[in-house]
Amino acid sequence: MERRTFVKTLGAIGLSTLPTITKGAESKSSPGEEFNAILIDTTLCTGCRTCEEVCLEANGMQEFEMNDSDLEKERDTSTDQLTLINLYENEENEIYVKKQCMHCSQPACASACLTKAMLKTKEGPVIWREDKCMGCRFCMLSCPFDVPKFEYHSANPKIVKCTMCFERQQKGGLPACVENCPSEAIIFGKRTELLTEAKRRIAESPDDYVNHIYGEHEAGGTCVLYLSSVPFEEINFRTNLGNDAYPELTTGFLYSVPLVIILWPPFLLAMRNAMKGKVNNAEEVENE
Amino acid sequence: MSSNELGINIKSTYKFILSELKPKSKIITHFNVIAFIIIAIGAVLIVLRFVKGLGAVTNLSQEYPWGIWIGFDVITGVAFAGGAYSLCFIVYILGDKKYKPIIRVTVLNGFLAYVFYAGALLLDLGKPWNVINPIIGNSFGVSSVMFLVAWHFMLYMLTELVEISPAFAEWLGWRKVRKYLHGLTLGAVILGITLSTLHQSGLGALFLMAKNKIHPLWYSEFIPILFFVSSIFAGLSMVIVEGSISHKVFKNRMSDEVSKSHNSILFGLAKICAVVLYVYLFLKLLLFIHGEHWVHLNSQMGVLWLVEMIGFVALPCVIFTQAFRYRNELWVKIGGIITMLGIILNRLNVSVIAFKWYAADRYFPSWMEIEITLAIIFLEILVLRWIIHRMPILSDSPVWVKNEKH
Repeated sequence: MERRTFVKTLGAIGLSTLPTITKGAESKSSPGEEFNAILIDTTLCTGCRTCEEVCLEANGMQEFEMNDSDLEKERDTSTDQLTLINLYENEENEIYVKKQCMHCSQPACASACLTKAMLKTKEGPVIWREDKCMGCRFCMLSCPFDVPKFEYHSANPKIVKCTMCFERQQKGGLPACVENCPSEAIIFGKRTELLTEAKRRIAESPDDYVNHIYGEHEAGGTCVLYLSSVPFEEINFRTNLGNDAYPELTTGFLYSVPLVIILWPPFLLAMRNAMKGKVNNAEEVENE
Repeated sequence: MSSNELGINIKSTYKFILSELKPKSKIITHFNVIAFIIIAIGAVLIVLRFVKGLGAVTNLSQEYPWGIWIGFDVITGVAFAGGAYSLCFIVYILGDKKYKPIIRVTVLNGFLAYVFYAGALLLDLGKPWNVINPIIGNSFGVSSVMFLVAWHFMLYMLTELVEISPAFAEWLGWRKVRKYLHGLTLGAVILGITLSTLHQSGLGALFLMAKNKIHPLWYSEFIPILFFVSSIFAGLSMVIVEGSISHKVFKNRMSDEVSKSHNSILFGLAKICAVVLYVYLFLKLLLFIHGEHWVHLNSQMGVLWLVEMIGFVALPCVIFTQAFRYRNELWVKIGGIITMLGIILNRLNVSVIAFKWYAADRYFPSWMEIEITLAIIFLEILVLRWIIHRMPILSDSPVWVKNEKH
């Protein structure tokens, strides 16, 4: 009986291990060398907001009338708008900053997703797939940039975020904002190439830029990179994220899972047998 | 196996269940009327939620994707259900027979807690019809903590069902089935403890990636361990409080064994709670000192943290210790209640209150979120009461069970 129970337990455990053996964080390989990426040079942006308009059009979203008063306070992307421009003013100048999904090289949202609805494509963009999503909103909780947005007023809600125009890219096109930016403040390319370009710009005119490419290392690196003339905290970027990829925060826990599953049951059985001699009633307990 | 081999007569079983469905006591009581009203309103609101979307009934926002349906119903509810695995460990692994009389009611409570509170998760999902996706295997997100928690919830509900099933078989008079199910108990217990270890801590691990969003006094890479350790005294306090209530409410269903052992069980549980609370307090202090968190104390959140630590961890520690020393039953119960309040505070702190403490628009639950939560609690109590009134949970097993023993 004892042995049979043991075998049964082991069998059950074996089965339960199957779905839980984990690979830890997603796509640990190279930090996105071949990923497609976007470089946003805030010193070139004139705040014309063409990118906002073409984004709505490219994603088939409701268009609205744009006013200059929109820029008076800082806005966040929403279920109605995947990208937008914010204005930051200091004594010397006006700085326009485009905001959208950062397309992390190792995204927290994708590693949080239990159905792989949120997916880091091998091309670089992070996309969302409606047929997989359960709507648990764990991606929203996990994203260090608070990018994914949820349609709270829909009976069949979607998670909404910028996809770097993944479908257009698949057809050989450029993201709509990149293609239509009149001042070439947004450029598209491979991440490594864009990093080289960004470094070249900083080296060529060190007076125009702070010596920092936002997104090179932040949160393990992102596929949207920024250049700025002022320190990034002044234009309200999150500078406290650290340089480690977010999925790594859970790897320690996830690695311990198979260990516990394998070691706990035999340990518990052994403990039970050890206690049998000590407390003289284990036998009765079992028979009741 | 045919039904005959298992000793089941389908016709008479059917008749028996029909007769059992009838209420056994007065229908119109204060409790029942209140429960009916709350559940009825809850049902209407749930329909509204599915027709108009989550925004129609909840105060959730883009800033606060999770509210009390997760923070209270799931995260806190599951911690309270931790009594089942803790007690199974004590009884089946450590072989302490003293707690045997209350094991069934505790496992039943745990099982129903999972069914109803983890079930409440379905209300919170934007697309609940896709809930099968991580199960049927067309898209395994194995790097997700949520994936682990989802699977473990499901498997754990099964093990608890197996653990409690002999009581169902005894109720139906299925002797052979009972014998078979009873044989599975130890396996289910061991699997159950293992799964509980992982998903109690897994619920904490859900918040690991919310690193900059949770106040540093509550965020720590050790959240999983803190959640696991606290689930032990959360669950056992629930057993203390719930046991004391049943002691009054279900007096006529209680076997002599349960009745007589009540006091010695209370004091035993008080002792265990005190010890685990000391361990937890020590861990919290260690993290506090190690993280050099004293700089955060001089703020609103710092005060809240001190209230949680002193009023709801250190204080119940002392209460349990003294109550055990002086054998004071009342103080054990008071300790249990304070510990439970402390767990509610702690889980809500991590998931809601200290979550984005810097945000301009803070989340506060709508009355409808609270109403639906209450409806779920009442529904669970009604099912629990129905089962206890009919099955050998607190009462003795039928005579034939004793006769079958060798």
